[in-house]
Amino acid sequence: MITQQRSLSGSSQSPRSPSSQPFLSVSVTDPAKMGNGVQAYISYKVITKTNLPEYQGPEKIVIRRYSDFVWLHDRVFEKYKGIFIPPLPEKSTVEKFRFSAEFIEMRRQALDIFVNRIASHHELQQSEDLRTFLQADEQTMERARSQETGIFKKKPADLMQIFKDVQSKVSDMVLGKEKPVEESNPEYEKLKHYIFELEDHLAEAQKHAYRLVKRHRELGQSLSDFGNAVKLLGACEGNALGKAFSELGVKSEILSIKLQKEANHLLMNFEEPLKDYFRAVQSIKATIGERASAFRQQCELAETIKLKEIDLNKLRLTRSERMADVEDEYEELKADGEEATRRFETIVRLMNEEIVRFQEQKTLDMGLAFHEFAKGQARLANAIADGWRSLLPKLEACSSSQH
Amino acid sequence: MMGYESQGYEEAHLYASREEMESLVLDEPSNGSQSHSDSHNHPLSSSLPFAEIATDDDPMLSSPSSLMHPQNPNSSFNSILEPPSYADAIFRSFDGDHNSNGEINSHSSSGSLSSSPSFNSEYIRISVSDPQKEQELANSLVPGGNTYVTYLITTRTNMPQFGGSEFSVRRRFKDVVTLSDRLSESYRGLFIPLRPDKNAVESQVMQKQEFVEQRRVALEKYLCRLAAHPVIKKSDELRVFLQVQGKLPLVRTTDVASRMLDGAVKLPRQLFGESVGVVDPNEVVQPAKGGRDLLRIFKELKQSVANDWGGTKPPLVEEDKEFLEKKEKLQDFEQQVGNLSQQAESLVKAQQDIGETMGELGLAFVKLTKFETEEAIYNSQRVRAADMKNVATAAVKASRLYRELTAQTVKHLEKLHEYLGVMLAVNNAFSDRSSALLTVQTLLSDLSSLNSRIEKLEAASSKIFGGDRSRIRKIEELKETVRVTEDAKSCAIREYERIKENNKNELERLDKEKQDDFLSMLKGFVVNQAGYAEKMANVWEMVAEETSGYVKEGS
Repeated sequence: MITQQRSLSGSSQSPRSPSSQPFLSVSVTDPAKMGNGVQAYISYKVITKTNLPEYQGPEKIVIRRYSDFVWLHDRVFEKYKGIFIPPLPEKSTVEKFRFSAEFIEMRRQALDIFVNRIASHHELQQSEDLRTFLQADEQTMERARSQETGIFKKKPADLMQIFKDVQSKVSDMVLGKEKPVEESNPEYEKLKHYIFELEDHLAEAQKHAYRLVKRHRELGQSLSDFGNAVKLLGACEGNALGKAFSELGVKSEILSIKLQKEANHLLMNFEEPLKDYFRAVQSIKATIGERASAFRQQCELAETIKLKEIDLNKLRLTRSERMADVEDEYEELKADGEEATRRFETIVRLMNEEIVRFQEQKTLDMGLAFHEFAKGQARLANAIADGWRSLLPKLEACSSSQH
Repeated sequence: MMGYESQGYEEAHLYASREEMESLVLDEPSNGSQSHSDSHNHPLSSSLPFAEIATDDDPMLSSPSSLMHPQNPNSSFNSILEPPSYADAIFRSFDGDHNSNGEINSHSSSGSLSSSPSFNSEYIRISVSDPQKEQELANSLVPGGNTYVTYLITTRTNMPQFGGSEFSVRRRFKDVVTLSDRLSESYRGLFIPLRPDKNAVESQVMQKQEFVEQRRVALEKYLCRLAAHPVIKKSDELRVFLQVQGKLPLVRTTDVASRMLDGAVKLPRQLFGESVGVVDPNEVVQPAKGGRDLLRIFKELKQSVANDWGGTKPPLVEEDKEFLEKKEKLQDFEQQVGNLSQQAESLVKAQQDIGETMGELGLAFVKLTKFETEEAIYNSQRVRAADMKNVATAAVKASRLYRELTAQTVKHLEKLHEYLGVMLAVNNAFSDRSSALLTVQTLLSDLSSLNSRIEKLEAASSKIFGGDRSRIRKIEELKETVRVTEDAKSCAIREYERIKENNKNELERLDKEKQDDFLSMLKGFVVNQAGYAEKMANVWEMVAEETSGYVKEGS
């Protein structure tokens, strides 16, 4: 078993001995419906407990809404390229589902996990935006949020576009032919390929998990209806048989409730983690896009620098007065080029670290999800077996009473 | 399954069998769901028996080996369900092992768990097999003639009236219709199992394999149900049908059209009222049949209208309170069984669906496992793949368990469908009773109107000195009619009483068999559900155990 490597406590559990260990623990709780009609939304309490000096005080409570989390996500995504940013739960498209208890709880849980992942990531936790998110009052938060929207919002369509851009070409004016601007790193190719295929697999697994939850509910409902019908039949028989029927009917209804419970458990502890895994992979795709874009920038700058160099050399030969300006431009470009290279290499380095961490984390996450799945199924099956078995002596009693 | 550093690519050899599992699983759902949806729906709707005996053939109930309750020997659970040693998820489904043809022991009390020992020595087993096409020789208007199918009906019995222990005859469906009609005529008031439907379809369909097979199964069920009925199994009609070689000597109910055509000489005149003729009073013993007894039908209809809408009470009414109560209860029962049988169908479908989805989930994880293993760069991936494989395997196993559970559930809950058929037979028997009553009422009304006409005529003719020749003759005629009608009335009353007695006996029998059958159905259902749930719990407990290391401390 892989031991958990967590530098800081990332969950909402009580912190370890508050003395020396630095900790930052966040919890997202108490969803509350605010406002009315179309403008209505859910707000959450975000409680931060920490002993880090950058933070105000040992505990801070703020109120945040979904779009605040989106803001945090987008800011962090912009600033920390190369790092796999923890994914957000999706916006709900179905209006009436938005305020169902189930959806709200699912979202709360996902948001809690999101913030804690940021807070426990050794780089991301340094983010100033995180501090703002965790501490700023609502007005400051709102201001910050409205300033940034539109610029950093990445819609799925944009991600696709980014990925298409990976294929885009930069025309080589000198050689007069186009060449694709892509890394020719076979390991990286393999990784990209892996991520894409993994996404498909996860989409399918998640689809079936969703259906399985639904099936549990349907079976629960059928069993309940069946129980009712059995009871009605028992009512029109008298005597022992009638009693047997009504016991069966009652038991059916009890077991039907257990099925509904298990459906909920399955949803929160198996389907959600699978969805989370899927979202995480999509987040990696976004980072892949960033890397491609950084690579392209680096290449473009390299091309531009080359051209500038040619230009400069021409000017050197002709001793033009423009040479000084062009020299300056050239130096600037070279600095930009180095910056672009540095940025790209940072992304590469970070990605290499992140992928290792990602794989380890996912093994832990999925391991737990599998455990919960199996545990839930075993619990349900045992309850069903016990329930039915408890009926048998009563049924025996009914038949022996007749003879 | 954690910390399997060395596991690596040892798994490779298992993937061949995983492919098998995949293809196995992928093939079977289409077969599996086909077979039990077939068994669930179609043969049941046509032939609806009374109290089909024997869940004896259900290995789940009869096997002594018990997995779950060492201290409860009755709730047995066949060790067939314990799969043989398997590397991963393959275990054979045993749906095919069940004997679903109509071999049953004819006990007077049904139900596998409650058979009264005194009748055990008597048995009769009927099987229907070997459908053959045959040509209709005479009477074929179309050159080439009609073809029809005959079935080989084999009986094994030790009942004395058969004078033989094993014999076979060939019969066609028309013969079965004849048998059924004759039984309905001779045993009015009994709950006679309904024969399979005629299925008016074109001859092409008639000859199709599937149709013939469906019919064969339905016929077998029907004959076995007849043989299970305590009165009918001793009947001449059944014996003749099962034993007499060659053409079936049971005469068909007289064809209406031919009677009309040959001048209708023997129209039952007892209901004519006008003319006197030689009438067989026993004709009243048969209900009025369409076309044959037009006038009689008309009169009985008139009577029934008078019963319902007339101001006066009919001459005789159904007075048996106990009967009326039982009838009402049975109607209630019928309704509830219908409702329950619908819910049972939904339940079975829901079980089937969850099994399918579980299987699909398992498959998706199988593919994901394979993918991770093939692409693994980091050890964490291999570990995850191993965990996933366990879950996938468990899910596929659970899926198979659901499938088998469903097939078994169908078998147990089939009884509900059967009882719906029983209720049809019951309603027929009740109609026999009411139509017999109507005949009596009609005859009584007739008698009273005849008598009042006689009175009037006598009164009128007494005023004329010396008598009125024509009136006197008329009176004589009427008195003759009255005599005949009185005879008919006695017959009709006897018949009515006989039917009432039949009803009574049958109701008692139904009551008892219903108790037994339903109790055993419930038990079977419950044992089935408990058994499979336990199996599933075992499967999942193992996986939960193997992944227990992932649980965070303190959570």
